Amino acid sequence: MNQKKEPPRLMKGNEALAEAALRAGLQAYFGYPITPQSEILEYLTEHGAKRGAVVLQAESELAAINMVYGAAGAGARAMTSSSSPGISLMQEGLSYMTSAQLPCLVVNVSRGGPGLGTIQPAQSDYFQATKGGGHGDYHLIVLAPSSVQEMADFVFDAFRLSEKYRNPAMILADGALGQMMEKVSLPAEGSLPPGDKPWATVGKPASRERNIITSLFIEPERMEEVNLHLQKKYHEIQQEVRYEEIETNDAEILLVAFGLAARIAQKAVELAREKGIKAGLLRPITLYPFPSQIIASLSRKVISFLVVEMNAGQMVEDVRLAVAGGRPVAFKGRMGGMIPSPEEVLEEIVSIAESYRIPAV
Amino acid sequence: MEVVTTTNGMELVYQKPSTLTDTPFHYCPGCGHGVVHKLLMEVVEEMGIQEQTIGIAPVGCSVFAYNYMNVDMQEAAHGRAAAVATGVKRVFPDKYVFSYQGDGDLAAIGTGETIHTANRGENILVVFINNAIYGMTGGQMAPTTLLGMVTSTTPFGRQQAVMGFPLKITDLIAQLPGAYYVTRQAVHTTNAVRKTKKALRLALEYQPRKKGICFVEVVSNCPSGWKMTPVESNAWMERNMFPMYPLGDLKVPQ
Repeated sequence: MNQKKEPPRLMKGNEALAEAALRAGLQAYFGYPITPQSEILEYLTEHGAKRGAVVLQAESELAAINMVYGAAGAGARAMTSSSSPGISLMQEGLSYMTSAQLPCLVVNVSRGGPGLGTIQPAQSDYFQATKGGGHGDYHLIVLAPSSVQEMADFVFDAFRLSEKYRNPAMILADGALGQMMEKVSLPAEGSLPPGDKPWATVGKPASRERNIITSLFIEPERMEEVNLHLQKKYHEIQQEVRYEEIETNDAEILLVAFGLAARIAQKAVELAREKGIKAGLLRPITLYPFPSQIIASLSRKVISFLVVEMNAGQMVEDVRLAVAGGRPVAFKGRMGGMIPSPEEVLEEIVSIAESYRIPAV
Repeated sequence: MEVVTTTNGMELVYQKPSTLTDTPFHYCPGCGHGVVHKLLMEVVEEMGIQEQTIGIAPVGCSVFAYNYMNVDMQEAAHGRAAAVATGVKRVFPDKYVFSYQGDGDLAAIGTGETIHTANRGENILVVFINNAIYGMTGGQMAPTTLLGMVTSTTPFGRQQAVMGFPLKITDLIAQLPGAYYVTRQAVHTTNAVRKTKKALRLALEYQPRKKGICFVEVVSNCPSGWKMTPVESNAWMERNMFPMYPLGDLKVPQ
């Protein structure tokens, strides 16, 4: 998306995301405090109202996501943000919103779990984010930023995609991306015009039938129709797949990592290259839709895969499905809020290289 | 008043409001829901606010309220109608927003949303149908079920030692400064129906004042859940429900 951008400034990830949301035409935000995302709520309560957005601190994440449901159903560009335990509480609402086909943006500045877990960054919500998360057959559109710049940019993409497909979108970040400060060039205000929402409940004029926002389709024939429509939509969404390739041209060991882990993996690739090992990185930017095709096609060129995640091994399952047994897929993960170092990842790369006797140049 | 004649030459003395659809109610014979739906929609028609009205349906017997009420509507998750209504009202502060909820939805699973929505003084109307039972799921105990009352999950009667007391949530709401108008009515007699309609009318007329939540409880019957005829259920309601949930205004605008 071509956007005019301002000169760079130094901002925290959460604040850059919140500011970007206002510039993306946010109309209604409902949130609840939880570390490490509270700056989004704080920033929007300070700046939102004077820039025309409804901003309300809800009494719980349950209330917040259902306020988003109401506002989105009324046609507003609506958003909430939370972190892992709070996102778990929102799953019912997200299931309802996908069935009722309501667009919205949900930001998960995720932290280590399970349970109350830790406030340190983790990627252990990958399954929840990409496989549905709540009950029923559905998906969110999931974008995974790996920098403060992308924390800001992806707000625009997430709103655009969610409104295009009338499906909730999620930005799956982590505590480090939310808390760290980096250079960011913010997109200009007003570059995402509000879309036409003839289905919204705005009050029924005599000229049309009433609009109904519902996820209840009690006849199984009708419920199956709704499901078929959703599946057709998810098929179309596959065309929105995005990824970044780094040093993949001649790569023999291909790393796959998203978000913060991708930055660590990228450094590990550099270190490996310094040792003469032809390593590369594929970074999925959309986690749903997942870049299966490029992984399948790269699997015909590389010798081995190494998936790096800040969890016990979640995305690795999707990589293995894409590779379909064609190549070995190794996994390196840290859990519970621990962040792997580039050197740790490098060790894995070296060990794989040695096992295949990939010669150093 | 203009006299309208029907096709067979008879004087038209009553007709269904245009704000109700032609879909026949699915409610059981004798149930209060149909009456309250009709009253609410009559008020919307008489006030001429159909174009500015957005309703929220709950989970429970009135989950299909949007099939009958001819206004834009959203169907909320169980207990979350007040939060959904908040979302709509904050986006459209000058439109009329109501939620329509039963006792299980509003006073059990949705207690948090109910209290906080009232406490914020959201300028919405909450219509609360209290029939002391989960009707839709087959007659289980509700938070408002009376002590000793037999339901499918209190087969020996609700025992206080096990299941605590009936929750008089409307009394709680009336204590909150965010509540503007709180009243408890019924629809079991012609007189009661008139009073409920008046309460609903007042509640919607108050909404543009932006002074807080208007909360109209309607103590109702559930012939199927209570396993009584409609006539028996109304008599039982008067005898047993009204002492616990006395009719009248709990809070009126000062």
